[in-house]
Amino acid sequence: MVVNFRIWRGDASGGQLRDYSTSVTEGMVVLDAVHQIQAERANDLAVRWNCKAGKCGSCSAEVNGQPKLMCMTRMSDLDTSQSITIEPMRAFPPIRDLVTDVKWNFEAKKRIQKFTPRAPDNDDGTWNVDQGDVDRVQEFRKCIECFLCQDVCHVLREHHLHQRFIGPRLLVYSAALEMHPLDTADRTGDLRSRDGIGLCNITKCCTKVCPENITITDNAIIPLKERVVDRFYDPLRKLFRVFSG
Amino acid sequence: MPNYREHPYDVLVIGAGGAGLRAAIEAASTGASVGIVCKSLLGKAHTVMAEGGVAAALANVDERDGWRVHFADTMRGGQYLSQPRMAEIHAQEAPDRVRELEAWGALFDRTQEGRILQRNFGGHKYPRLAHVGDRTGLEMIRTLQDHGIHQGIEVHMECTVTTLLKDGERIAGAFGYDRERGRFMVFPAKAVIVATGGVGRAFRITSNSWEYTGDGHSLAYHAGAELIDMEFVQFHPTGMVWPPSVKGILVTEGVRGEGGVLKNTEGRRFMFDDIPELYRNQTAADPEEGWRYTQGDRDANRPPELLTRDHVARCIVREIKEGRGTEHGGVFLDIAWIKERLPNAEEHIKRKLPSMYHQFRELAGIDITKVPMEVGPTTHYIMGGIRVDAETQMSTVEGLFAAGECAAGLHGANRLGGNSLSDLLVFGKRAGEYAARFAAERATESYPKEQAEAAAAAALEPLDGHTSQGQNPYKLQSDLQDVMQDGVGIVRKEDEMKEALRRIDRLRRRAANVSVPGNREYNNGWHTALDLEHLLTVSEAIARSALGRPESRGAQFREDYPEKDAELGKLNTVVWRGADGEMQVRFDPVPELSEEQKKIIEENQ
Repeated sequence: MVVNFRIWRGDASGGQLRDYSTSVTEGMVVLDAVHQIQAERANDLAVRWNCKAGKCGSCSAEVNGQPKLMCMTRMSDLDTSQSITIEPMRAFPPIRDLVTDVKWNFEAKKRIQKFTPRAPDNDDGTWNVDQGDVDRVQEFRKCIECFLCQDVCHVLREHHLHQRFIGPRLLVYSAALEMHPLDTADRTGDLRSRDGIGLCNITKCCTKVCPENITITDNAIIPLKERVVDRFYDPLRKLFRVFSG
Repeated sequence: MPNYREHPYDVLVIGAGGAGLRAAIEAASTGASVGIVCKSLLGKAHTVMAEGGVAAALANVDERDGWRVHFADTMRGGQYLSQPRMAEIHAQEAPDRVRELEAWGALFDRTQEGRILQRNFGGHKYPRLAHVGDRTGLEMIRTLQDHGIHQGIEVHMECTVTTLLKDGERIAGAFGYDRERGRFMVFPAKAVIVATGGVGRAFRITSNSWEYTGDGHSLAYHAGAELIDMEFVQFHPTGMVWPPSVKGILVTEGVRGEGGVLKNTEGRRFMFDDIPELYRNQTAADPEEGWRYTQGDRDANRPPELLTRDHVARCIVREIKEGRGTEHGGVFLDIAWIKERLPNAEEHIKRKLPSMYHQFRELAGIDITKVPMEVGPTTHYIMGGIRVDAETQMSTVEGLFAAGECAAGLHGANRLGGNSLSDLLVFGKRAGEYAARFAAERATESYPKEQAEAAAAAALEPLDGHTSQGQNPYKLQSDLQDVMQDGVGIVRKEDEMKEALRRIDRLRRRAANVSVPGNREYNNGWHTALDLEHLLTVSEAIARSALGRPESRGAQFREDYPEKDAELGKLNTVVWRGADGEMQVRFDPVPELSEEQKKIIEENQ
């Protein structure tokens, strides 16, 4: 079956959707079709990918306007009687074609206080940890850094507040550290001011697009917001601070 | 002369998978200036795909385990072609390397007592693999990445090295380009660590991504280093086979570790039909004993599904060849059956094998808690690679180090599952340590500018005057994959390999006319064209080494020589670049076992 694709071609100075037709066979995913077009018709088409199994988070794009991993989007789930539109993530500056500049995510991550374990429990330098504590934080640690959550976040996509807000991915990262059973650092001050957690108005768009099904808003962001509130807006503490000067 | 920027370092690390990151962290901890160059974004390297776990004799689950047993298991698994000292160091140091990861934030699954839990895996006598469900690799690479970004290491993401620079006999740095803009870069360095992973893209059916084009093997080879054991390519027994577009994607051995069984279309557990002599004492007598083993019964022997990967892959090929395979060319791998034995089997499978559950549901529309998977062998890993010193990881070229998959010596003729993640930690650390030490003893020296200029000119060739008569780089890679899959794949024969070598030669001539449209900015076609030389080099090395070993051992199966040859079992294959530029092959004796090592192996028969 021949299907028409409209793929965004361009760079930082601008671009446009271009039409490519290719034949689609059983079981194909969108990334397969892009590769086929690249090999046959558009040798210089720029696209990122690695594992092709939803584990590395490289091939993020917007397929028919929906943020998706191309390797996990099956052609059989799309309406192929219409053209399939493939565009780069719009919350990041375009580099070329489907490749965007995501370096900001890596830079912003560096500023987050690193893992700081408590003293080991045992003489051989190891810790005893309950499996339940591992399971809770693993939800956040399974993030594959595809940045689709960053792509749909209004604060970043519409308002471009990259300098004031670290976005859902890095809030998940902060939650993984804050709820790590061995970690002792306190990141609530940074979350409140530098990282801009207050800017998230919990519309849950990030949760909806997460290919790893991490419950970003409910399990990561809201508990972090609560920690910030407890720390800085607790009325009893406020009173205590007034009296203790 | 094209422009390029210089980025000088004491230690340059090429590759940012587990080995490269671990090496960089170690080198930086000595105060050396360290740069990493990686072809993808940070955290996307293939370590992220590792599923089952990291092998280390922590003895948390079975106190009978220890480094001596791990050493003996590794030697047996490698069919005694491993470098004994490397296998010894690896077994001794792996536990510390795993514990260290925990101090850097990694979280492994736990035992009842809260210690790191360990699971069974093929060829490991006791439960030995520390793991996090079936996404251990992600946990490891993220831990190293997040630790590494605070160590003052400079990371050049999406940059590719095309050539190593040498000053006389010594390594002097590397030349490459950034993928984003196609700008050339020179990395003058006192020591270079190659940690580029594998060669899987040389084959049609593979679990490897576009990155694994044998860059490190080829860079080192062209810089004068020796490669050993290149005939030993691991075909993982269980890759997905359906639908076609996912063919080759890995299905973790952890499925079998959790009780999954292999069956042919007649419903027979064919793995019981052929148990190799080396493992007869350690294999379950019947399915009942095998099940008890997977459930932690210390007196039970392992089911035959957990024999070494080379053997399991060959049994699967036999079933398919003899007409007992599925219509899609695979066999059945069934984990759903455990519901006959466990009350909460469905939840258990989802918890222990979450990414397998996800992968099959999303890509094949199959619920593995209810129906069997279809699987077949897929190119997974290369045991062979850059010859290194066991202690220091330095190659045969001064100042050039290697670690991880692109280095050789630990795995011999076959690698045990779980031993690659421990390999990259143990020898990544050592490479970083000794490269930094090497660099500290050297003054900064210049690199020969003409080498950089020649590399720049060569890199631009595919973009010069694109015409429709030029060779398409994707087509060339695809044709090479067919040559290797058909001619030097899982079952090998002399005449087929000779034909493969002739075809590689023809492809090399076509590659001289490779041509791509567009410019230097993020041009995947250009990148593919520049990777071709590496792929052709490693393909030739694999074919020549395989041809040179007329016997079947470990991962190499020769249809024309189906038995082991005792004399060849004492030799490692060595390839290097001759003075005339042609690839040379010779055989070196495997280093002798020490008396102590002999004793350990005898104690653990």
